[in-house]
Amino acid sequence: MIEFKDVSLVYPNGTQGLKNINLQINPGEFVVVVGLSGAGKSTLIRSINRLVKPTGGDLLIDNENILNYGSRELRKLRTKVGMIFQNYNLVKRSSVMKNVISGRLGHTGTLRSMFNLYPKEDLALAYRSLERVNIADKLYQRSDQLSGGQQQRVAIARVLTQQPNIILADEPVASLDPPTSHQVMTYLRKVNKEDNITTIVNLHFIDMAMEYADRIIGMRAGEVVYDGPVSDVNEATFEEIYGRKIRDEDRVGGSEDE
Amino acid sequence: MTEFTLPPKPKKTPWQKMRPYIIGIILLAIYIWTFTSIEIRWSRVFSQHTIESLTRVIPQLFSPDWSAFGKVMGLMWETLLMAYTGTLMAAILAIPFGFFAARNMVRNKFLNTASKWALNAIRAFPELVLALMFVAAVGPRPFAGVIAIAIGSIGMLGKLYSEVIESIDMNVVEALEANGANKLQVLVYGIIPQIIPEFLSYAIYRFEIDVRASTILGIIGAGGIGTLITIATTNRNWSEVGLILLVIIVVVTLIDIISAQIRKRLV
Amino acid sequence: MSKTNQPTLQGISSNKTKLRISAIFIIIVGFYLFTSIKTESSLLDLWNGKNGFINIAQSLFPPHWSYASTVMPQLIETLHMAIIATTVAALISIPISLLSAANLFPNPFIHQPVRFIMNVLRTIPDILLALIFVGIFGVGVFPGIMALIIFSLGLLAKLLYETIESIDMNPIEAIRASGGNTLQVITYAVMPQVLPQFVSFGLYVFEVNVRASLVLGFVGAGGIGLLLNQQVSWANYPNVMTIIIIIFISVVIIDYISNKIRERLI
Repeated sequence: MIEFKDVSLVYPNGTQGLKNINLQINPGEFVVVVGLSGAGKSTLIRSINRLVKPTGGDLLIDNENILNYGSRELRKLRTKVGMIFQNYNLVKRSSVMKNVISGRLGHTGTLRSMFNLYPKEDLALAYRSLERVNIADKLYQRSDQLSGGQQQRVAIARVLTQQPNIILADEPVASLDPPTSHQVMTYLRKVNKEDNITTIVNLHFIDMAMEYADRIIGMRAGEVVYDGPVSDVNEATFEEIYGRKIRDEDRVGGSEDE
Repeated sequence: MTEFTLPPKPKKTPWQKMRPYIIGIILLAIYIWTFTSIEIRWSRVFSQHTIESLTRVIPQLFSPDWSAFGKVMGLMWETLLMAYTGTLMAAILAIPFGFFAARNMVRNKFLNTASKWALNAIRAFPELVLALMFVAAVGPRPFAGVIAIAIGSIGMLGKLYSEVIESIDMNVVEALEANGANKLQVLVYGIIPQIIPEFLSYAIYRFEIDVRASTILGIIGAGGIGTLITIATTNRNWSEVGLILLVIIVVVTLIDIISAQIRKRLV
Repeated sequence: MSKTNQPTLQGISSNKTKLRISAIFIIIVGFYLFTSIKTESSLLDLWNGKNGFINIAQSLFPPHWSYASTVMPQLIETLHMAIIATTVAALISIPISLLSAANLFPNPFIHQPVRFIMNVLRTIPDILLALIFVGIFGVGVFPGIMALIIFSLGLLAKLLYETIESIDMNPIEAIRASGGNTLQVITYAVMPQVLPQFVSFGLYVFEVNVRASLVLGFVGAGGIGLLLNQQVSWANYPNVMTIIIIIFISVVIIDYISNKIRERLI
């Protein structure tokens, strides 16, 4: 369980990233955080694995305040929290397999990892992760030879190899075309259901949020302005969150039922 | 858990399969050859003599002998004058080489290749080797150093100039030719304005290199502060060497900074 | 701009620009006249000294080919010095360039001092380092190798840290987010990105070191320079020409091979 208790974050340049956030996210939930760019979505999810450090309040994961963690505990936390990025963040010159196995780094000794000495189970896990996102055939290809959607699937496989309890996805489909976006979201949703991994996704497309989320959190100017199950959400809710009328650019389109 | 094996790696051509081994063997051979045939007299390197020198030389290097400051600065000034003279000579003499080597200016394959080869040939030799020859030719004086600097710089500037010329916008030239401009007019109005800033920038950059090069020419008698280095090291006057070192570091750094500023404003 | 109906034109460029260009031109030429007289290197000196050059050029021919057998071992020693120095400098430059990269070690108290030392090393001419090391370690190849190592370290570290600073930071974030430590970040996210450039710079520095090692023998620091200096001072010009030709051929071959490899790397 993830609990935000009055969490605030002020960046060194004075920008307020988060303002008194209070949230409780239950195990296995698929939460979509929506809001315009600059609303603090990214800061919110990056607080959970401490890529950014909140300056006030308590952030509890399984009843432990992660804001007090030192670097060793932090690394341990991060092995349990997988992250997916807008730009896939793969090492482009390395092979798909090398990128996926790097999900095991937190579990592997420094020396072993430097000489690629992974236990068989880890290699098997990496391969099975690739199979789960249907990209096992690209195993030995260089990552930069893959399309954007394929790279994002490799990134999902990397996270699966971590065997996380939580997956954070920061605008995972912002660089993809509509059909590929749906594919990536479907995989994320599938993983969430099959492994019961708490999944928190930042999106700015309202139709995607409606289609895949269990629960929607709306943010504006660093504050949570909406929090509720997806069944309660309609277009008016989004207009409230965004503080303006919904436009065409807020939809990705290309969903199967259209 | 069932026995797991990763799928086989994609088939490689024999060459792809052998390549890392071949590279490895070549590298290994080079290193074995190097380390078995190099003659380092370790007994001298790790001798009582070395320890004595270390304890004598190092502290003296770090306590510069300021009484020699006037003399050192005088020769550093001469070094800068040598570098300036050599660079300017080269900056001008390299222009014809640059034009001859540029394919879009001189449409004569033989001339292009000949000039490129001449420039490459010059660049194969360190300035110090050139200077050694010129000292033999005209005697141990700054003149030998200046000529060595000038020739060495022509090698590099000529090549850079030709690259600049080859990259100019030829449409401008074409437009002027269409207007009925003659060759000289095309040069003055169409080509020179395009190349001047980069030519200047490269010449100034080369001046930086030449200042460094000039500091050591004196070691073989070709003038400048190097003359003093030879005397000081022969006399084992390490605190004077320390001062020379300090002056070189400061002057070279200053010249680099100033030159970088000027070049930034040029281009 | 003049506000009258009939603007007073000043030609193509403004008077101010003309004045500035003329002033700069006069200063550059004037200073050249001063320096060329001071260093006794004016065009007049060149004309007067032409016989010296012609005499030397004539006495260089024909080269004394049988001398080549004496030169070759020295040439090989020179290459060995460059190989060892480049290898050692490359190994040392890895940790140093990582420490100098502001994107990996944002703390200025780490990267600034390292960069400062490397900048200072680059300003010291290698032959001057060789002179000092000859003073400490005595005559031989060891001081020469030491001088080459230190000089090329400064150069290589600078080239490398600039490459590291230009890498894609996204994979680094990903490795950190999955719990990797600093060493793992370096081996998994930094090294794959910089390795081709690293090898390329290593080869480039080898080219530089080959040229530099040719002259180290002038100050007793090993290699072919010793022979060259000796033969010039004995005015044995056919032998000198043999050495020059051998240097020329080997430098051209090494540059050619190194360039071909570097082209294929990137």
